[in-house]
Amino acid sequence: MAIEEQNKKNKFIDPDLEKREILSPDGEIIKIDPMKDYFCDAKPKVHEPANKVIEKFLNWSRANSLWVLAFGTGCGSIEIPSLMTSRFDANRFGVQMRPTPRQSSVFIISGYLAVKTLKRVIRSYEQMQEPRYVVALGSCTVNGGMYYDSYNTINRLDYYIPVDVYVAGCMPRPEAMLAGFNKLKERIKAGRAEGANEYAEKFDWYKANQKKIIKDWNMPDYNW
Amino acid sequence: MEQILQDIGKQFKITDIVKKRDNLNFITCEKEQTISLITYLRDIKGFSHFVLLSVVDWIEDGVFQLVYFLNNPDKKIDIGIRTMISRENATMTSAHHLWEQIATYQRELKEMYGIDFPGSPRVDESFILEGWDDIPPMRREFDTKKYSEENFFPREGRETNDPEEYMKKKLYPDEEK
Amino acid sequence: MDNIAIKLLFTLLGLFIVLNWGLIQAGIMNKIVARVGKRIGMPVYQPYFNLIKLYSKRTSITHGVMFYLGPLFRLSGGVGMFLFMPLIFGSEYWSNFSFAGDVVLILYFQFFGMLGMALGAGEGGHPYSAIGVSRGLSQWTTIELPLTLAIISIAIQYHSLSFTDIVAAQQGGITHWTMWTNPLATAAGMLAFLGTMGHSPFDLVKAPNEIPIGPPTEYHSTFLGVLRTNAAILHVVESVLFMNLFFGGATSWFELILKTFLIYFWSVFVGVVFPRFRIEQSVSWFLKVPLILGILAIIFI
Repeated sequence: MAIEEQNKKNKFIDPDLEKREILSPDGEIIKIDPMKDYFCDAKPKVHEPANKVIEKFLNWSRANSLWVLAFGTGCGSIEIPSLMTSRFDANRFGVQMRPTPRQSSVFIISGYLAVKTLKRVIRSYEQMQEPRYVVALGSCTVNGGMYYDSYNTINRLDYYIPVDVYVAGCMPRPEAMLAGFNKLKERIKAGRAEGANEYAEKFDWYKANQKKIIKDWNMPDYNW
Repeated sequence: MEQILQDIGKQFKITDIVKKRDNLNFITCEKEQTISLITYLRDIKGFSHFVLLSVVDWIEDGVFQLVYFLNNPDKKIDIGIRTMISRENATMTSAHHLWEQIATYQRELKEMYGIDFPGSPRVDESFILEGWDDIPPMRREFDTKKYSEENFFPREGRETNDPEEYMKKKLYPDEEK
Repeated sequence: MDNIAIKLLFTLLGLFIVLNWGLIQAGIMNKIVARVGKRIGMPVYQPYFNLIKLYSKRTSITHGVMFYLGPLFRLSGGVGMFLFMPLIFGSEYWSNFSFAGDVVLILYFQFFGMLGMALGAGEGGHPYSAIGVSRGLSQWTTIELPLTLAIISIAIQYHSLSFTDIVAAQQGGITHWTMWTNPLATAAGMLAFLGTMGHSPFDLVKAPNEIPIGPPTEYHSTFLGVLRTNAAILHVVESVLFMNLFFGGATSWFELILKTFLIYFWSVFVGVVFPRFRIEQSVSWFLKVPLILGILAIIFI
């Protein structure tokens, strides 16, 4: 069919990731291959937790200092700002908003994920530093929610990145999100929130799932 | 409005006129005349504002129905120009030279329905779906549920109820049927 | 006190106290800001949790040599300011390594950390870092003008460039403070102080919801921990600087803590009342009132 042939041609090309030649200030021509020069695609490693007593202390401090990267994918992104208002005040629980994935330790996926968004989610997730935790909001991340039969939204988030806490609802209220944070705290204190290590262990499985639906994989396999 | 419709009728072959309101009419014209009709409306009849370009998939008849929606800001009237094109090798003349933003609509239609607009800028690039390799998803022969089940790992144990039946059962359990 | 080892020991102890006071102070100020917004806010000990968490992150990545050195320069800026700042007047133990010309050196150290941060953030390669750095440096340049004029005015007034001499001249009651004897210089200095603390309305260097966090966008784990540690030290030391210059120094730790708290509170107070300036607004603001006050302070000394 003619349409399929045409569709194969029009792959999305990210101009930032193309090989190019750049004239340096010295007049020298430098060849740049962004995939090799700008990213390190070494596989993630499992980082064993330290000594039990020390780890317990560290987990306690990690649980009390949740720095959140709120990824506004769907309807949930409107619930997050209200978390910080005087009515709900997530700051009480040590929850702070960080604007950059590098500094944050909790990743909030707020709602349905289109395939296109999933690609960005994976990139942001891999840029976060370990240990990192994922809180998924809404029934859309659990089983697809009302978009379960859509051609473009994923059904289960835990096939693509390890999820620590699901907050069910459509959409969950800020109170439910606070309860989710407390659940996450318990989980971290118990030492069970090892999502980053799980991701490193089952890296091939996660990558296979991701690549199955992201057809134009034009980024490094692991891009921290 | 009547005057405009009469004027159009004199110059173009109009097959159908649907009057929705006094200030909103839909006219159906032939594929070959569509672009010249739009140009005529824009340049002579004052429909200077392009509202949207939409498409309806009539799979039973084997046609796509394109709808160009125009607005006349002076007289405050709207007009929709419908035209039928074949579903097989769907191609339509590009209208991006009239309004620049039509190019974006055409790009979207190319991706979602597979309707080609030769010569339209960037029409072959992907618009929303990155790297889509199936048939265009908004065509009605595309089974979105099947695609989702094949690709997105559906979770077991999902139940679906017909809302009407379910609420009937829940609210009036004694009632028959 | 001839023994350098004892002196060093007391300096390190002072650094430890200042660090802890800086962290607690940051917690208290967060609480105050939260209460102004009718919130309960973070616990007072939250900065400690943040620091432990940042230092205990399991991974960190680097973008190059300057990326390592940036936070170190910043820390050495803060610690360097601390080293040459006499904390408590009349005490041999708590005057650190202050000497005859320490005012000039501390002015230099104030800018040093900023430059180190600019280099490190540049290596990070994030566009927001570059925006933040350019804003920070241009704003800092205009802050320096009224601040330096105020300090020159004080130096002329007391015929000295040594903190110990300046504080010594201010002893003997509130009427002897620079605040009383040279109000123009104090006004110019305290307006410049608002800028140095980086609180609203002059917080667009880090503007968290405009350019994500500014220069430290790429900094994480231990790097950010170092930056946070430095921020805690720097906030106290800046307050001590202004305390020594304008408010008669301190003769005991209690007095130091009270005065630094009130001085820091001044910037927080302004911060919760006024919204953020844009860069051209803040630059032109510093070039208007504070600069004119500084020039008047020089003229009418």
